Amino acid sequence: MEIYFDHAATTYMDPRVVEAMNRYFSDEYGNPGSFNTVGLRAKQAVDESRKKISELLNCDEKEIIFTGSGTESINLAIKGFVRANKSKGNHIITQKTEHEAVLETCEYLEKEEGFNVTYLDVDEYGLISLENLEKSITDKTILVSIMYANNEIGTVQNIKGISEVCKKHNVKFHTDACQAAGYLDIDIKNLGIDLMSINGSKLYGPKGIGLLYVKRGTMLKPIIHGGGQEFGLRSGTENVPYIAGIAKALEIAQREKDNEIIRLTNLRDYLINNILERIPKSFLNGHPSSRLPNNANITFLDVEGEAIMLMMNEYGICASSGSACTSKTLDPSHVILAIGLPYEAAHGSIRFTLGKRTTKEGVDKLIDVLPGIIEYLRQVSPVNLSLKDVER
Amino acid sequence: MNMADVKSHDNTSWFYTDTVKDHFFNPRNLVKKDNEIEVKDFNGVGSVGSPACGDQMSLWLKIDENEIIKECRWRCFGCASAIASTSMLSVMITENGGMKINEAMKVKPQDIVKRLDGLPARKFHCSVLGDKALRAAINDYFKRSGQNEKVIVEGAKIVDKILKITDKDIEEAVLEGADTFEKVQKKTKVGISDKTCIPEVEQLIRFYKEKYFG
Repeated sequence: MEIYFDHAATTYMDPRVVEAMNRYFSDEYGNPGSFNTVGLRAKQAVDESRKKISELLNCDEKEIIFTGSGTESINLAIKGFVRANKSKGNHIITQKTEHEAVLETCEYLEKEEGFNVTYLDVDEYGLISLENLEKSITDKTILVSIMYANNEIGTVQNIKGISEVCKKHNVKFHTDACQAAGYLDIDIKNLGIDLMSINGSKLYGPKGIGLLYVKRGTMLKPIIHGGGQEFGLRSGTENVPYIAGIAKALEIAQREKDNEIIRLTNLRDYLINNILERIPKSFLNGHPSSRLPNNANITFLDVEGEAIMLMMNEYGICASSGSACTSKTLDPSHVILAIGLPYEAAHGSIRFTLGKRTTKEGVDKLIDVLPGIIEYLRQVSPVNLSLKDVER
Repeated sequence: MNMADVKSHDNTSWFYTDTVKDHFFNPRNLVKKDNEIEVKDFNGVGSVGSPACGDQMSLWLKIDENEIIKECRWRCFGCASAIASTSMLSVMITENGGMKINEAMKVKPQDIVKRLDGLPARKFHCSVLGDKALRAAINDYFKRSGQNEKVIVEGAKIVDKILKITDKDIEEAVLEGADTFEKVQKKTKVGISDKTCIPEVEQLIRFYKEKYFG
């Protein structure tokens, strides 16, 4: 049995979520758009899920749009908004450590549709500066898209601060909350945001389902056209079992988060402290305190991430790496580079993300085997950097 | 392991063959740092790559008076593919009494990959580094033994002195559609460690663009 430290990639499903979904596969199989009793029962399931989610987000039911993934939610939020509002301006502000779903969408809009995009720098912890954000806003700016919590280094942005700056300048604010939704405050009235993307697969819910919160009065154009489902914003027959699943998953995550945050934060800090103590020339990436309770991203100098992962895999330990050798583009992680690490250090960064099934025994196993793996690969490596070489 | 062996930060994954894993977990002819070799016993030394590009290789050769490679030792900063490829290369050129250097020069990355029972397509380039280090070590041997005329310059000129990237690499990148410095850098990593070469690279990109695309 593997010891899984890759919960930011995806999670297993909570059995309670599976149970909530099960009846909508072959018992309650209706199309919510059909005017017959089978269809009406399906519609009722979708309505109830929407209601449950609106309560968790402290918003109106009509402000929730179901989509096919977090990436689709982000695409709908950004493309849908800027296309509907281009008469007001053509400038978008985002930042360099966003997920590809945001970065690639923005690059596409720059290249194909004439929008201008500002990619804000982040500091060594991965935080943007509110001052820089405010300075970047022009009379052409229509949208700011800044992620809630980073998927690689776990840094949590000052969302309230960002939304205040946006409000002051009358600019709409979208946040990618895919990593955050299971652990952080998602009360949109408290946060003051206009658009928020969430998906199921990081929440112990199903993959292939996402949702987008759209504040009333925020104009969007659909990116998928057809039968006009989801208030005309996302055509296609509603995925009833998955909608029931994401509602249940978000409900459980938010209801149980207080205890889980304490448990995971303790385990995370235990993991970080022990690894940094036992392995020389290693350091933590991301913010020391303003970070997700389940994320530890650590760089090991002189070794290459893919080699570390393959060795860990032999011990049944699953994590992920920011190394170039593990990406399609052969570039190291853009997040690790954006926080100012040189290329040579970026290759040796490993992300450990904890979750429901993570136990102290599992973390102990990792702490036990990792020093030997790093020591061995350093023996093999002709490189001998010092921490000073990568100082920022 | 019946799951994918490696899962990446961009959510793709791949498998390695048993031979690759064997050479990764039990590398042959490796020199560990705590088991240093007597460098003076080796008469051909090559070092290529840099940690910035994710791969660095040092390779030592012992070549006898009949120009047969008797020993090949190496050390590598790199992924599993790079480590396994170099391990296999060191075996191939020293097995059965050793290869003559002119034979060893003919060993191609494709031959190494074949002996490894294959590498995932996207990891193919990782097998090239050992080959480059071998060429560098043999050239070093030629220089040391006063056979300067035999040093092979590969018909290409090095522009990036740290990553040893040549004008040919730039040409290939341009042919593959990289039409700006940023795109060429993305493909080749040129100018990341050796920033002094950037103006020359920019000139080369203009030259090859003109040549092939008018």
